[in-house]
Amino acid sequence: MTMQTVGRPTRPEGDVSTSGFASLTGGRGLLQDEPLIFELGGWTKTGVDLPAASEDASDLAGLTRASVDLPGLSEPEAMRHYVRLSQKNHAIDLALYPLGSCTMKHNPRLNEKVARLPGFADLHPLAPVATAQGALQLMDRLAHWLKTLTGMPAVALSPKAGAHGELCGLLCIKAAHEAAGQGHRRTVLVPTSAHGTNPATAAFVGYAVTEIAQTDDGRVDLADLAAKLGPDVAAIMVTNPNTCGLFERDVIEIARLTHDAGAYFYCDGANFNAIVGRVRPGDLGVDAMHINLHKTFSTPHGGGGPGAGPVVLSEALAAFAPAPWVVNGPDGLTLVEEAVDQAAQAFGRMSAFQGQMGMFVRAYAYMRSHGANGLRQVAEDAVLNANYIKARLSDVMTPAFPDGPCMHEALFDDAWLEGTGVTTLDFAKAMIDEGFHPMTMYFPLVVHGAMLIEPTETESKRELDRFCEALRALAATAKLGDVERFKGAPHLAPLRRLDETLAARKPKLAWKADAGVI
Amino acid sequence: MRYLPLTPDDRAEMLGVIGAPDVDALFADVPAAARRKDLFDLPLHAGELEVERELTQLSALNRAAGAGPFFCGAGAYKHHVPATVDHIIQRSEFLTSYTPYQPEIAQGTLQVLFEFQTQVAALTGLDVANASMYDGSTACAEAVMMAQRVNRREKAILSGGLHPHYAATTQTIAHAEGMQIVRLGAAVDAEAAVIDAIDDETACVVVQTPNVFGVVTDVTKIAEAAHAKGALLIVVTTEAVSFGLLKTPGEMGADIAVAEGQSIGNALNYGGPYVGLFAVREKLVRQMPGRLCGETVDAEGRRGYVLTLSTREQHIRREKATSNICTNSGLCALAFTIHMTLLGGAGLSQLARINHAKARELKAAVGAAGLEVLTPRFFNEIAVRVKGSAAKLVDDLLADGIVAGVPYSRLDPHAGLDDVLLLCATETTTPEDIAALQAALTRKAA
Repeated sequence: MTMQTVGRPTRPEGDVSTSGFASLTGGRGLLQDEPLIFELGGWTKTGVDLPAASEDASDLAGLTRASVDLPGLSEPEAMRHYVRLSQKNHAIDLALYPLGSCTMKHNPRLNEKVARLPGFADLHPLAPVATAQGALQLMDRLAHWLKTLTGMPAVALSPKAGAHGELCGLLCIKAAHEAAGQGHRRTVLVPTSAHGTNPATAAFVGYAVTEIAQTDDGRVDLADLAAKLGPDVAAIMVTNPNTCGLFERDVIEIARLTHDAGAYFYCDGANFNAIVGRVRPGDLGVDAMHINLHKTFSTPHGGGGPGAGPVVLSEALAAFAPAPWVVNGPDGLTLVEEAVDQAAQAFGRMSAFQGQMGMFVRAYAYMRSHGANGLRQVAEDAVLNANYIKARLSDVMTPAFPDGPCMHEALFDDAWLEGTGVTTLDFAKAMIDEGFHPMTMYFPLVVHGAMLIEPTETESKRELDRFCEALRALAATAKLGDVERFKGAPHLAPLRRLDETLAARKPKLAWKADAGVI
Repeated sequence: MRYLPLTPDDRAEMLGVIGAPDVDALFADVPAAARRKDLFDLPLHAGELEVERELTQLSALNRAAGAGPFFCGAGAYKHHVPATVDHIIQRSEFLTSYTPYQPEIAQGTLQVLFEFQTQVAALTGLDVANASMYDGSTACAEAVMMAQRVNRREKAILSGGLHPHYAATTQTIAHAEGMQIVRLGAAVDAEAAVIDAIDDETACVVVQTPNVFGVVTDVTKIAEAAHAKGALLIVVTTEAVSFGLLKTPGEMGADIAVAEGQSIGNALNYGGPYVGLFAVREKLVRQMPGRLCGETVDAEGRRGYVLTLSTREQHIRREKATSNICTNSGLCALAFTIHMTLLGGAGLSQLARINHAKARELKAAVGAAGLEVLTPRFFNEIAVRVKGSAAKLVDDLLADGIVAGVPYSRLDPHAGLDDVLLLCATETTTPEDIAALQAALTRKAA
């Protein structure tokens, strides 16, 4: 079965900005220049019709503010302001968005629709549980799917994003060590290629971080791992498939060494999309793994969140999971909100309330839509698409790990740019002019000038070909010495390259009336 | 399958280009023991109609807050959100974009964040706000850890008026980092005990206003006492609409203000996603957690926005970062910004006054029904003492179709306040709702 491919408007060949045409007002056709709301002048305006309010707040004498100095806009003005701003964004709905490690896949609108059903969207987190049975059932079903897909016996749903899930997992591990009289274990081992959140989370929990070396073929160096695993090590944090886009072939041995040393195996599940439906982390010896519902299970990234980061847990860690959780009792499902009695080992609470319910609904609708067979196909197509890109670009760019297949993302280094005067950054910015979002750059840190491309399974072959043709053309141009095309890129975006140094040196983090317009 | 564009022919052709015999060959690095040959024991794929039907059935098992008289607050609030907000946040360019790492093609998101930061700074009366946290409770925990970075002290004092979930979250997260968390006893007027607890070891004091019992407090004296000992004052607000009426945390001397922003622009969603607001005095900005959007210029001198001061963050600083936060609440912050822009300062003030007036009506009604109102000065929430168990009263009134509020014991079962009920009224509360509650309470008392 096929679905519609993502269409894009065609535009004239060549660089329109060099045509010499300038509008009279500085306008750029449909792309509107748009000031800040603070410059639009609606300081007494409101776009919401409210009934008259009693002026009597005398019972709050001395506790009130004089006024709220913020502008308002009428509804048509507000609509236009934000729609104009929206048009300055790239989006997965516009074109392939190949950010490695981010899993920018299609976001089905059915999920948006069902998340807005009043029984979910208009449900208060402290509503009596008798009035929230459908929500609890949904959480229970989501938990069942996550546990089945990962082969793990327990899941903590409440973490609000991937990094919050990492924190949850490490707090479980810390609690388990303390319960076993192993509280002296203070070190977490993290590969050099890890996401920045891994060492940051370990430090957040008060652990020292020691790096594990990587082999020449992009995997954890087992000898280095074995040498560093000692009585002080609480856990290892390994991403699998790893951030080089490769499966850790020795993962079962990694788990065995870790467990033999009395430590736990935390797996960063950011790349679960590559193996969902085909491989269960529980079969690999993982003790805890967060699942980014906003990656593998397609809840929208929303320009930087919200996400959701449920954590699946092994038998050894399950008892330490944080409150709240859903239990099935004689009167239906209920919510345990405080760790008492039999659950006295729970380490605490990750946040107020139950977690990202709005994301649970979307992720569950996505899982149900795909089903066991569809999810397996997700992993296969994601891996197929990445290998196809790798195959189509390997003669013009240099794959960081040319031997063997990659998983869901293809990693290139910048060796092929040597002598061209073009950097990874320049190349990425030139992709913008061709209508694509850049790939992840300079990550992982272990590969020089890294370019990490993750297409995901929701790209058609036509879009993949279009993308590969664009990159091949750019690569050829870079090698021919057209450096200015790259140094000046992007030429066709709403703005040219931005001065990030200036932004950091003299931070302007809010609009101020006296500063006015630049 | 409707979400997968590749056809069998595409797959075969692509495998040919790759030079692999079949897709299994691409998974060759997976240990044989872990390769699952069979489908997992889960249902097979389902059409849109089937999935929508199942979800609609589940949804129907819940009672929406708008389905009848409803008085729950305590950290999440039922407000009316203009239809415009939900339309705009569903625009592809906002909904399906990533964190704005490439500013040239993310000016939409970035300018919104700059507007958001400015709005939050103005609402809280502080200088600088970040681009959002997960929610109010995690923002509270992050603020406590930030205080430790600022003054290198380990002790945090939490007022007994702080929402118990916020206290538990802070206890869990900040304690893990090695901080000592002192939570004072829960009481309606808990703020009175805070000043005496501050000593030379105190990194920060956390005070909520309006507090979990609804009490509005002028924290100026607490700020003075904290500052005299070199401690920071963190002010927590769970009801963002109160910023329309009450004296700001900044005006009262707060160093850090954190808040739950759900009330503005965001649905109840059974607890999430919400949006944490986080604002500080300018001198503290480099110790802040989370993303910050700043103004700059492009290569042609045009104004633009970028994520900035990222040397505080995990993707640059790794284990030395100020926080591990990466994904935050971008789309919820957008919803907040749009709703706030529609309201404007004038609209928010009016909305806040309406909320306060509704709560006064609510107070009069429950008082007339014979319940003791415990909250002396309130915004839109009150605490009342009931005869017997508040949880049982809520169960009983549910039979009358009324959701009477949140029993305090649900948030904090060990405080010995089983007879305290928390009630909230907002602009969505009708006179009929309040009359129904009063009648039911009066019947109960008789």
